[in-house]
Amino acid sequence: MTPIIDHLAELAKQVSGYIYPNEIEIHWSILIVVYPYITGLVAGAFILASLVKVFNVKEVQSVYRLSLLTALAFLLIAPLPLLLHLGHPTRSYEIFLNPNLSSAMAMFGFVYTWYLMVVLLLEIWFTYRRDLVLLSQEEKFPMKWVHKIVVLFSNDLSERGITFDRKVLKAITIIGIPSAFLLHGYVGFIFGSIKANPWWSSVLIPIVFLFSAIVSGIALVILLYMIITTYRGEQIDMKCLDKMASYLFYAVIVDFSLEMLDFIHRLYESEESIHILSELVMNKLFISLGIIQVLLGMILPLGIMVAIKLLKVEAELRKLLYFVSIILIQIGIFATRWNVVIGGQMFSKSFRGLTAYKMEIGGIEGLLVALVVLALPFLVLAILFKIFPPWDSQKKHVIIETTH
Amino acid sequence: MDRRKFLGRLFTLVASTTVIGSLLKKARATPDGYNPSKHHYEMGIQTDKCIGCGMCMDACKTENLVPNEPFFFRTWVERYIIKKDNNVIVQNIKGWSGELTEKVTEKDVLRSFFVPKLCNQCDNPPCVQVCPVGATFKTEDGVVLVDDTRCIGCRYCIQACPYGARFLHPEKSTAEKCTFCYHRITQDLLPACVEVCPTQARIFGDKKSAASPLGRFKRRHKIHVLKPALNTEPKVYYSNLDGEVR
Repeated sequence: MTPIIDHLAELAKQVSGYIYPNEIEIHWSILIVVYPYITGLVAGAFILASLVKVFNVKEVQSVYRLSLLTALAFLLIAPLPLLLHLGHPTRSYEIFLNPNLSSAMAMFGFVYTWYLMVVLLLEIWFTYRRDLVLLSQEEKFPMKWVHKIVVLFSNDLSERGITFDRKVLKAITIIGIPSAFLLHGYVGFIFGSIKANPWWSSVLIPIVFLFSAIVSGIALVILLYMIITTYRGEQIDMKCLDKMASYLFYAVIVDFSLEMLDFIHRLYESEESIHILSELVMNKLFISLGIIQVLLGMILPLGIMVAIKLLKVEAELRKLLYFVSIILIQIGIFATRWNVVIGGQMFSKSFRGLTAYKMEIGGIEGLLVALVVLALPFLVLAILFKIFPPWDSQKKHVIIETTH
Repeated sequence: MDRRKFLGRLFTLVASTTVIGSLLKKARATPDGYNPSKHHYEMGIQTDKCIGCGMCMDACKTENLVPNEPFFFRTWVERYIIKKDNNVIVQNIKGWSGELTEKVTEKDVLRSFFVPKLCNQCDNPPCVQVCPVGATFKTEDGVVLVDDTRCIGCRYCIQACPYGARFLHPEKSTAEKCTFCYHRITQDLLPACVEVCPTQARIFGDKKSAASPLGRFKRRHKIHVLKPALNTEPKVYYSNLDGEVR
């Protein structure tokens, strides 16, 4: 018990103004910053994949599978920060068995299960079914059996079977887009529906979350595509990169406009909470919001991308500029999550004072654990690449299609 | 089995199930003869009578085994100093903010008063709405409680409470708050804070009882609740509440 008391005593020295006595502790820490960040990446990567499928964009076909697998890898890890954060993780099953239907948080079980089981797993299974059947016929133990099990011992390579796969995929993609919107919109709703907290309580929050999710998801897929392609010693397909970057550009513009609208709306309405929120933004969040989120995470990458479009930059430099932009955008979106989650807890609900957040390094709610949670999806993705080859099999796919 | 016998047995079965069921229901509803449906608890606070002695805070901590450190409170008392320049200084009289950081002389003060705070036992409680597992619930007699054997420690209720009335118990890792001393009131005793208040600034009552000090309090005063715009419908009523109090 003493470490938490020492921690709180330390924080008490940094409080300014008056806060309710129970408010000194920032209850949702870095792990709860990581959670919406990760689910945002899931939703964004999936929406990119769906756009490719629904609108049949030829340039971006080569990242379709990468996007799906990225979404799955991050979705598998998404509940981990929540679980680690709970006071009683061993009781977490109660959310599934005894959900309180009026609680936005209790919907987690339904939304997550729906998205994982009905949307992502099915879409990946039907996308890969034919390839996995072919692979399992060619391979040796143990991968032969891994693929046989994953494909559920299906061995149907008939034209009828493959047409059926395509039909099902179409249906799943159509269900998938609103589901992805639901997944991240719902995470936004967890915050946006808290009327006690004026920083969170906004009908725009779920929409802002959604668009920032699309931004971060597309940026992540571009990043992975650039890194993996270079690592594999292959040429980056500039048409594909340009197309994804232009999707990213439009998503950033929508996201930026929504956040500005939210900002101006609050300022113009100037409700009771405006004084403490101004103080919050000017003192506690100046660097993370003003500098990192808005300036470095949005305005600078937007400027770079406008310059790329206007100046017709040559391919090599373009790659470098895209790379810099997406890194900046990722940092910016992480800062967005930080500013919402941590920022929303730094002011007192008495609107009379500010508390402080001191991130621990070690400990279950510390920086190291957060970094591990952020790194884990990449490990999962590496494993998924082994089971669901995103490129090799596509080549085979093409070869087989042409020979047929 | 002929029809007469069948109907006879059916009747016996229905009758006995009804009797056993009603007995069980009665047993559930009235542990120790207490029937929650016959009560509805509320509290009144006469801010003018509070002298800021803090005995209610001590009594609450002792009665409910609230951790002694000044970061966990089921009830607390705020001191308001409204200065002539319209600046407002607020403190928790027994918290870590108990010391004044700036010097205030008598000449600077426009008005000053104390306001006891506690869980408002809202009729429309946001904490109950958001609890993902139903560990926080409203009882039939109108008190919001936490089942600490079910609470998963997600802290969503703490975020949702507009009054800062909840905290996470540092040892149990579950949500905690004022219960109106539920273990006492169901035995016809007063909450600890009301019991010890030397000026009767806190008045406890049962809306369903014919004669209750709370009824008198509500008749004789203009009353107000905290943050009414949030539509939480608090059941802690304040008389002579200053507009600066949030």
